[in-house]
Amino acid sequence: MTVTEDRPAAAGPAGEIGRDRRRKEDQRLITGRTRWTDNITLPGMLHMAMVRSPFAHAKIVSIDKSEAEAAPNVVGVFTGADLGESQGVLINAWPITPEQVAPVHLPMPADRVSFAGEIVAVVVARTAAEARDAAELVDVDYEELPAALDLKENAEDKVLAHPDLGTNKSALWVFDSAEAGTGGDVEEAITKARADGVVVEREFRQQRLIPAFMEPRSVVVDPTGEQNTMWSATQVPHILRFALAATTGVPESKIRVIAPDVGGGFGGKLQVTPEEWLTWCLARRIGKPVKYTETRSESLMAAHHGRDQWQKLTLAAEKDGTVTGLKVELLADLGSHVAVVGGGVPVLGAFMFNAIYKFPAYHFACQTVLSNKAWTDAYRGAGRPEATFGIERMMTELADVLGVDPLEVREKNWIKHDEFPFTTVAGLEYDSGNYEAATEKAKASFGYDELRAEQQRRRDAGDPVQLGIGVSTFTEMCGLAPSRVLGSLDYGAGGWEHASVRMLATGTVEIVTGASAHGQGHETAFSQIVADRLGVPFENVEVLHGDTQIAHKGLDTYGSRSLVVGGEALVKAADKVIEKAKPVAAHMLEASVDDIEFSAGTFTVRGTDQGVGIGDIAGAVFAAHDLPDGMEPSLDSEATYDPINFNYPHGTHLCAVEVDTETGQVQMRKYTCVDDIGNVINPLIVAGQVHGGLVQGIAQALFEEAVHDESGTLVSASFVDYLVPTAADLISFDVEHNTTPSLTNTLGTKGVGEAGTIASTPAVVNAVVDALRPFGVDDVVMPCTPERVWKAVHAKDGAAADGADPTTGAAAAHFDTQDTADRSAGQEGAGE
Amino acid sequence: MIPAQFDYAAPTSVEEALALLAEHGDEAKVIAGGQSLLPVLRMRLNAPGIVVDLGRIEGLSGVRDDGDVLTVGAMTTHAEMLGNPLVAEHAALVTKAVHHLADAQIRHRGTFGGALAHADPAGDMGAPALALDAEFVIAGQSGVRTVPASDFFVDLFETAIGEDELLVGVRLPKHTGWGAHYEKFVRVAHQWPIVAVAATVKAEGGTITEARVGLTNMGSTPLRATAVEQALTGQPATEETVRAAAASAADGTAPPSDLNGDSDYRRHLATVLTRRAVLAAAGG
Repeated sequence: MTVTEDRPAAAGPAGEIGRDRRRKEDQRLITGRTRWTDNITLPGMLHMAMVRSPFAHAKIVSIDKSEAEAAPNVVGVFTGADLGESQGVLINAWPITPEQVAPVHLPMPADRVSFAGEIVAVVVARTAAEARDAAELVDVDYEELPAALDLKENAEDKVLAHPDLGTNKSALWVFDSAEAGTGGDVEEAITKARADGVVVEREFRQQRLIPAFMEPRSVVVDPTGEQNTMWSATQVPHILRFALAATTGVPESKIRVIAPDVGGGFGGKLQVTPEEWLTWCLARRIGKPVKYTETRSESLMAAHHGRDQWQKLTLAAEKDGTVTGLKVELLADLGSHVAVVGGGVPVLGAFMFNAIYKFPAYHFACQTVLSNKAWTDAYRGAGRPEATFGIERMMTELADVLGVDPLEVREKNWIKHDEFPFTTVAGLEYDSGNYEAATEKAKASFGYDELRAEQQRRRDAGDPVQLGIGVSTFTEMCGLAPSRVLGSLDYGAGGWEHASVRMLATGTVEIVTGASAHGQGHETAFSQIVADRLGVPFENVEVLHGDTQIAHKGLDTYGSRSLVVGGEALVKAADKVIEKAKPVAAHMLEASVDDIEFSAGTFTVRGTDQGVGIGDIAGAVFAAHDLPDGMEPSLDSEATYDPINFNYPHGTHLCAVEVDTETGQVQMRKYTCVDDIGNVINPLIVAGQVHGGLVQGIAQALFEEAVHDESGTLVSASFVDYLVPTAADLISFDVEHNTTPSLTNTLGTKGVGEAGTIASTPAVVNAVVDALRPFGVDDVVMPCTPERVWKAVHAKDGAAADGADPTTGAAAAHFDTQDTADRSAGQEGAGE
Repeated sequence: MIPAQFDYAAPTSVEEALALLAEHGDEAKVIAGGQSLLPVLRMRLNAPGIVVDLGRIEGLSGVRDDGDVLTVGAMTTHAEMLGNPLVAEHAALVTKAVHHLADAQIRHRGTFGGALAHADPAGDMGAPALALDAEFVIAGQSGVRTVPASDFFVDLFETAIGEDELLVGVRLPKHTGWGAHYEKFVRVAHQWPIVAVAATVKAEGGTITEARVGLTNMGSTPLRATAVEQALTGQPATEETVRAAAASAADGTAPPSDLNGDSDYRRHLATVLTRRAVLAAAGG
């Protein structure tokens, strides 16, 4: 590990870094007076509508397009058979093992559909309404096949998602600390603990979630001009361009991809999608611009989903609570195809199950499994929330078995502040952290002892409303990623980021980043960094991104990488500008370059009051009338930065819930988190990231679940049944920080985009379980719905102890988007 | 999402609207505030040939004091109901319930009559209307008829309104001085109630002399918990007696099973929520 030189502490309020700047992009984003992809209208543009399979698994017997083709203003109707190889294929960028089994992923299959929502035909028409109308006229004859819908059964190949593959098992990825030389043998630890220690064994379900970003996906392709242009509501314009070139045979130099303003993603837009490939193919085939914008229902059904694992965990410990080994056995549902990151998501969790702890032995095995559901991929946290949930539930269960406070058993096992840098049993080197400080601060702010006392009073009184206190610590690997590490994991790309800084003649600055934002506030935070670095006003910095003609290199935004990797690239590019300007300053000031110092935007001659501003130098370089001999007349600079390590934010989260044992209702009472995310560029943006992240993690604990019926239809296919919580459902959180600057980047920053999501889910579930301990409850299946909680309370009456007694499998949606039940049919009388 | 094509008519009188309904039969759909119909159209769950918009007919909104009853125009919005002092004084149960209906935007578009005519058993207006013994004023080409609440709700999304008829008003018998409470159970604020209970009681000297209890989403229509009402009559408004009476809240109900809970859980919820609603109504 290299400690980077010249790392300032968080700048004071005088500088831009650390200031509560309002986000400069928000006015246009909130008012919508900007370029969302769906706002783009090109001359002669056509519109697409999709015909999607209502069956999870079916043979396409025949498709009758004639009626749709004859509909008004229909330009064409296309099936998989019509397009054949011209549509290209969708890629998996991370084959996690050389033997990985993966079905060919056509944007539109010709003979067989493998999830409900898969595209079987595309209608192109002059208006979106006409395309939609005609899509209803396409008559598809299906022969339904048995659908592989249950993860555990699928792992046993009971029903095959793709019969031609002969198995649902895609890849088995294993890490063993004894084999890797990073620790001992976990089986030995478990055997020993069974004899004279404690062994905790649990199985947890990570339910399937839907990213549910605000802006539905949209794509426009203009096939005219030398470079064909694709606008897409994507997180990954650069990866998209690369993948289009790699799979369609169009040279990369002939492709321009633009991600204009993008309304959220949470990982859900880092996919390369069938919709993009089909729009690209058909616009080029027809020779006219084509647009496709999905409906919300299509988005919920066919944009990728997240999580969906079974976790079997075995924790071995000594009787004093010292953990001696952790064994993790995962089943992960890939869905019908191995998506772009796909099986890599659970593998990212492999490095995080040991979390902040000093486990001497560790074994991780993940079996990825194909099914007849929508494919899964990264969703805010991507593997790390699943891992953190698993271990933080286990540490709480260990504390319960031992009869000690859950914080005590954590402290006994965590890495102490003076033990950093620390190489973990999973082989990562954590550079810094202070778990003691974060936890102490959280306990004090939360009023931990007082709430424990109240809990006891309520228990003693038999109060129908019980209080539960949940604890979760977390750390995560942020800033994807050192390219060498990605290479060692067989990932298909690197993890660097590119930036450039352009000094304009009038003294303003354009900066270009390859980390394309989709709502995070990059334009504000990056402006602050560069304004400080170059000593120019914040308002004079413009951030450009998301267009491969402007930001020609980049690896985009995911995995909490933009600031720690993209920001570092910017710092390096800005520093190059300063170095280029020094000889000019020396020339203008008639001094030696060695005597030039730079501070707050001004170059001065050491020991004198002579100086020249960076803006004046930019003007002089633009004129180029009088530059040092041989100097290129440009200050513009670029940098490509490959991180030397991940960075490791951490935190302690404490949650109190009130559980109404009469109804099962869970009400948030108090939530305190103390996160250590290193130095902060913009506290306001950080607060937004943490609050939003917490809500998303709490949503997994209490509200959200993608539910399919027994035929594989997504039941929770609208926001009536897929419950995304709002401000009305939650409380205001106490968000605090403890700061240990990261040692792996110049600014001392760590990632924050995923932190709240990672820690809050186990904190909430631990709180719910804690409230119900007096009823003999030791788990509640997520989401902890009132019904499940109530059933857990009354488990003694015969229901499953975790409330898992399923009623959801056969249940109907309130708002039946598939029109399969009579809930919304047969309406009489007036509309409301 | 784009609805299938439909014709649109905006009549300016009830007579004109009725003529359109007679002409188009089951091809016609009436739109009031559109808060239920529009999502259905946009998701293409229904594709009427013509949508008849009542928005330009004058005289269909507002609350009028008609002696023993309040007459509410069918096109009165939920927001108007929420702020109406006559409703607050004489039909407090509606005020309490409408406060919990959806969100402010929907309350400003959706209408009292539209919600009742839509007859979603999970809608928030059905149980209060039923509990208050509302009367439904229905116009047809042969004149106006009045249907009691007990006959109005026929089945899931089905009412006594004929294909060629229009709901023009709702009469709410005055329950002046009655305590009222609407206990709504949801997982998130913006969803339909999993179960809700509308209770209004008349109490004298700590004794319940009359009680009306309506149930939301406990069957294919809003329901009256008549066994609870009878058990409460003449009883002191204590936790103990109300708990005993509320135990029969789910008698005779057939609640649905869905993602938010199975029917047994709903039956249980009905008893808890009834107890809470009645106690709150008696205390208020």
